[in-house]
Amino acid sequence: MKRLIDEIARLRTAIGRPVKLMEVCGTHTVAIFRQGIRGLIPPDVRLISGPGCPVCVTAIEDIDAAIQLSQAAGVRLLTFGDMMRVPGGKLSLMEARAGGASVDVIYSPMDALQMAKNNAGSQVVFFATGFETTSPLIAATLEEAERAGVENFFIYSAHKLVPPALSALLDSPEVLVDGFILPGHVSAIIGKRPYEFLAGKYRKPGVITGFTAEDILEGIYMILKQIAAGRPSIEIQYRQAVKEEGNPRAVSLIEKFFQPEDAHWRGIGTIPGSGLRLREGYARFNAKRHFSLARSNALEPMACSCGEILRGIKTPTECALFGKACKPERPVGACMVSTEGSCAAYYKYGGLNG
Amino acid sequence: MCLAIPSKIVRIENMTAVVDVFGARREISLLLLPEAAEKGDYVLVHAGFAIQKVDREAAEESHKFIKELLASGALDEGEEG
Repeated sequence: MKRLIDEIARLRTAIGRPVKLMEVCGTHTVAIFRQGIRGLIPPDVRLISGPGCPVCVTAIEDIDAAIQLSQAAGVRLLTFGDMMRVPGGKLSLMEARAGGASVDVIYSPMDALQMAKNNAGSQVVFFATGFETTSPLIAATLEEAERAGVENFFIYSAHKLVPPALSALLDSPEVLVDGFILPGHVSAIIGKRPYEFLAGKYRKPGVITGFTAEDILEGIYMILKQIAAGRPSIEIQYRQAVKEEGNPRAVSLIEKFFQPEDAHWRGIGTIPGSGLRLREGYARFNAKRHFSLARSNALEPMACSCGEILRGIKTPTECALFGKACKPERPVGACMVSTEGSCAAYYKYGGLNG
Repeated sequence: MCLAIPSKIVRIENMTAVVDVFGARREISLLLLPEAAEKGDYVLVHAGFAIQKVDREAAEESHKFIKELLASGALDEGEEG
């Protein structure tokens, strides 16, 4: 580890200017704080957090739609637990449940399917959130629902794709990033190829990185080495879990059931081709088709800087609400809700060395 | 939310396995695993599915770290998806 720390300092000197790296994934944000990575590298190798927390970027209208579903007669809404406290336009799912709505937290999407099988009289809807790590699980669950002929199981897809979000970030003139610490578990599914445009079109290095201190330092070292050499490419540091081609079985299942569509990211706006919708052939599982949902026109809270934080333009401590009107117990924006949100991580670790 | 935890397979029946994760037994699906797995193998588990095989050494290394993160409350897993 000492060797890596020395090498990072040496490369920073060789590059001759401050460097800004974005960690895309929320687990990295937490891992960087927890392991004090910022204290081990030169202060002008800045690490900024990106949009990689699916909980944080789920749009208010999707939360409101999930709440509407949970309040509909005969419907049981199932969700991953970290979505429960995300504020919608008026309520969170947790508050809706306290008001009598049918919301249950499950561990695996297969549990949601099982609930549909056990409750033939109810219509069971799974609030399908998450990046490429999670969407193949939903696809595998749909394949099982199809095989078993389950007719009362639906999903509301709010799935998001990571590479189009990175592309949108780089197209935005306010976002200045010299390289990317790329997500480990999203990449275990999609592999290396979907990121090649970062190095090709945008000339930005990217390294798929693991989560231990040594992994993260090695990832930073590999990025700096590319910057120093002026030769951007996409590399894999997290070899134990990430193969070049990712998990082809999982990718083909995503493609079987879903197609990309434009999606609204909370705080960021609409990003072309960054969401997943069910293909026409599987419309019978589509809760957006099966139920008539009123579109929510709730707006994001004005003073909340989540959007700038998710794009790496502001740090959480630069938000006027941070730690005052907005705390983990009473979050205003989604970045404070998820334990992997940048604001929650900064709050927990005292906003140090932002 | 994208956290995947290395877990040891203790039993396999068709496409379902029982894994040991931090001493707790949990049933998971092998439907997404791109290669065959057997008892004693380590897999990365995300929300009830094995998504990739990992070697034992790597599993133990990241185990230590993830366990610490979970214990500190810095990350949610299990009931929290």
